[in-house]
Amino acid sequence: MIKFDQVSKRYPGSYETIKSISFEINQGDLVFVTGASGAGKSTLLKMIAGLERPTAGTVLIGNQNVSQLKSSAIPYLRRKFGLIFQDHKLLYDRNCYENVALPLYINGVLGEEAAKRIRAALDKVGLLNKERSMPITLSGGEQQRLAIARAVVSRPAILIADEPTGNLDENYAADILGFLYAFQQVGVTVIIASHELPHSIPDNVKNILKQLHLQDGELSA
Amino acid sequence: MNQWLKQHLQPLQMVLGRMRQNLLGTVLICCVMGVTLSLPEILYTIVDNLSQMTGSIESKPQLSLFLKMDAPSSTKDAIAEKLKKHPDIKTYEFVSKESAWEQFQQNAATADITGSLSKNPLPDAYFVTPKDIHPESVQRLQQEIQHWDGVDLAQIDANWIKRLDTVIKLGKKAIFVLVALLGFALIAIVGNTIRLQILTQLEEIEVSKLIGATNQFIRRPFLYAGTLYGLGGGIAAWLIVLAVVTLFNSSITQIADLYASQFRLSMPGLWVTLTMLISAIGLGWLGSFVAVNRSLAQIEKL
Repeated sequence: MIKFDQVSKRYPGSYETIKSISFEINQGDLVFVTGASGAGKSTLLKMIAGLERPTAGTVLIGNQNVSQLKSSAIPYLRRKFGLIFQDHKLLYDRNCYENVALPLYINGVLGEEAAKRIRAALDKVGLLNKERSMPITLSGGEQQRLAIARAVVSRPAILIADEPTGNLDENYAADILGFLYAFQQVGVTVIIASHELPHSIPDNVKNILKQLHLQDGELSA
Repeated sequence: MNQWLKQHLQPLQMVLGRMRQNLLGTVLICCVMGVTLSLPEILYTIVDNLSQMTGSIESKPQLSLFLKMDAPSSTKDAIAEKLKKHPDIKTYEFVSKESAWEQFQQNAATADITGSLSKNPLPDAYFVTPKDIHPESVQRLQQEIQHWDGVDLAQIDANWIKRLDTVIKLGKKAIFVLVALLGFALIAIVGNTIRLQILTQLEEIEVSKLIGATNQFIRRPFLYAGTLYGLGGGIAAWLIVLAVVTLFNSSITQIADLYASQFRLSMPGLWVTLTMLISAIGLGWLGSFVAVNRSLAQIEKL
């Protein structure tokens, strides 16, 4: 589904953030990308999601070569992914319902159909009773759950979370990870970036979990 | 089709909602645009009214031949014969002193004067339309006819009309320049307004792009905003012109009555009004298009 072949990334005026990485992620995988800050986790995720193009090598996503995509095709590639950011990237000028509605509007899903799916997504993360609340009134954990609702509302095949638990205490973090595991259970490919593997991993997850550990832009076993 | 409509209605509703939230700002922008647009419109209204007024008067040069008061009918016939044969003359018309006097009495503007005169002071006259209306050849013809027997005065009419015509042409040019300059100003006003709105919504645009919004999707609400500002500005301009025309007419009525004239400023016609409105909308759209494209290009560079 996602295939990296000898992929490097260098930002202008900087050393190579990613050095000749190769790996493959299959549909339904649960992948943890681990590594210290600055190891290149975010860059890797951005290349997976089509937010960055590689400097060298090939990135195949669903048999599409990202380097060869026209920039007009990039938005459609991005719609395959549900993105969860460390800083949520919620919009604070609108309520929870409208935040979750954004990806659907972008996909051209409107009206009744959209309302149904937005409520379903909010229900899944336990925020249905807060649909009219503004995101600023939510706790950190709730905001991250709202971000998850927004990421999954358009039913993406791949869910990418960049340090989703970075700013949360352990209880909340387990909570958030639980949601992400649940999506993997129903066939969604889940990719999570984190400093390290979580301390406690449920047994059923432990068996299928894959780890990509990055060190100075290189994969280590 | 339904889907397409919804995709346009949704951003339109969003934009209208935002405009309602910031009603004062929206009204002010429309007023700024209205004032800008109304300047050429007012000038147009004045020039158009003036040219309509001159249009009702024959604006082609004519020669008036006033015969000597004591000219016998044989002289009149001789002149008629000469006029008929003259190669440079297109048409001519004889107006006898009696019929001229009658017209004079019927004309509202001069009826008061005729009442105070005891006898007809008007001479017989020929009104001549030359073939060649070039000022120099008309003048040559006038000098020639002036020396004919029995002609008291050969006079070129419509000189003042020609001057007014020149002024009107100048006015039309001024409108063109004003339209070009202010059209540019309008694009800048809308563009800047939209640019500021984009800045306040930068986060939204960035997030939208991250989760797969096309540029079209991001542009749409801003283009609607620009178009609506254009519409609002166009309507404001029309209202300003209406107010100015009404204000001026209250004074013009007094002056025109003194000259027994029915002259009033009239509002621009339907087609002109529609053209102005559509241009305002178009300029609003163009301004926001330029602004949003510039911003999108900048965001993509990040």
